[in-house]
Amino acid sequence: MTAPHTRHAILQALARVPDPEIPVVSITDMGMVRGVTVSDAGRVTVTFTPTFSGCPALHVIRESIEQAVRDLGVTDVEVRSTLTPPWTTDWIGDDARERLRQYGIAPPAPTGEGQLIQLDAEPARCPRCGSLNVRMTASFGPTLCKRMYVCDACREPFEGFKSV
Amino acid sequence: MTATQALTGAQTQALLLKLTVLADDEIILAHRCGEWTGHAPILEEDIALANIAQDELGHAGMYLTLAQSLGGSDPDHVAFWRGPDDYRNTRLVELPKGDWAFTMVRQFLYDTSEALWLEAATSSTYAPLAEIAAKAVREEKFHVQHTALWVERLALGTPESERRTQAALTELWPHAAQLFQPIQGEAELTAAGILPDLNAAHARWTDLVTRHLTQKCGLTLPDAPDTQPGRDTHTPHLAPLLEEMQSVAREHPDAEVW
Repeated sequence: MTAPHTRHAILQALARVPDPEIPVVSITDMGMVRGVTVSDAGRVTVTFTPTFSGCPALHVIRESIEQAVRDLGVTDVEVRSTLTPPWTTDWIGDDARERLRQYGIAPPAPTGEGQLIQLDAEPARCPRCGSLNVRMTASFGPTLCKRMYVCDACREPFEGFKSV
Repeated sequence: MTATQALTGAQTQALLLKLTVLADDEIILAHRCGEWTGHAPILEEDIALANIAQDELGHAGMYLTLAQSLGGSDPDHVAFWRGPDDYRNTRLVELPKGDWAFTMVRQFLYDTSEALWLEAATSSTYAPLAEIAAKAVREEKFHVQHTALWVERLALGTPESERRTQAALTELWPHAAQLFQPIQGEAELTAAGILPDLNAAHARWTDLVTRHLTQKCGLTLPDAPDTQPGRDTHTPHLAPLLEEMQSVAREHPDAEVW
């Protein structure tokens, strides 16, 4: 290692690491990367936060982060996880929301501090035709982060991101 | 990093036990949820219970990782290498999965207790626990929404679904109080602000579930027993559950890649 890598270069590399379950967005798009530090000695520390605590892809994400930094030629890498502040879908960037929508996943509605027992689901808009005339058909989807909907305007079923 | 801020030795031991107790309930209930995989009444519920089980295991993982940092064993070891005598889960979660009404009523009673406890635990003076609670409560919210709706749907559905839901409640209600049984040393941890006040959580829970079950769902609450045996007393259902759950780990103790 000659020159230590800049934070910027590392963040750029992490921005190319896809979310293992939704490959159209990266781990930085999702707001999972919470901090990157480079010590004078060239040691790189990346802090990330899990989206869901039981997400089966967590170890894949951890390894991908480490590999992406190593690919820059860094030998001393530490990947830490943090729970504070807890991950929220409000951290998903606008650009990533649009990519989710094009991929067929309704982006999450803004999170609100509502009551715990709230039987009405948050609003979702059909990612294909834009209608709000949609029905939730299952509150748990193929991954922990998604719910299933049907659009009553264009009749297409679609997935929607939960607001967390 | 907000590390272990000056827990006394006694506090550390009590917190270790509490984290194990919390994790044990999550692990055992997750296994019961998982038993519906491929058997739920509709495909969506198959997936829902698999999701819920995954979340509960995620919470157990966080508790046990914290316990490990306080001197506990490796989380996998805790889950897969203890027998029924060492598990400290409630009897509520170990009872066989029963019919769909039984599963939904149990899940509702458990989810609401977990959600309310977690909400209170976000104010813990012990930062690592407050962090876990803040994370888990966001996930638990979805379980509560889902199972509250199912209990309502079943209770107000057909005479048969109502009969089954009432039967489930009658059987499960006496067991639910055990969720609020303090562990040894809990009072001291509560006094130090490390753990939430269990009595307050119990009162909030009773109010919430009573309103939902009686007023909204028209069900009748049976009497609950005044006293409960401790968490070290199990039904005969736990041993076969663990035998199944731990069979792979015990058959391949050195496996590193699954």
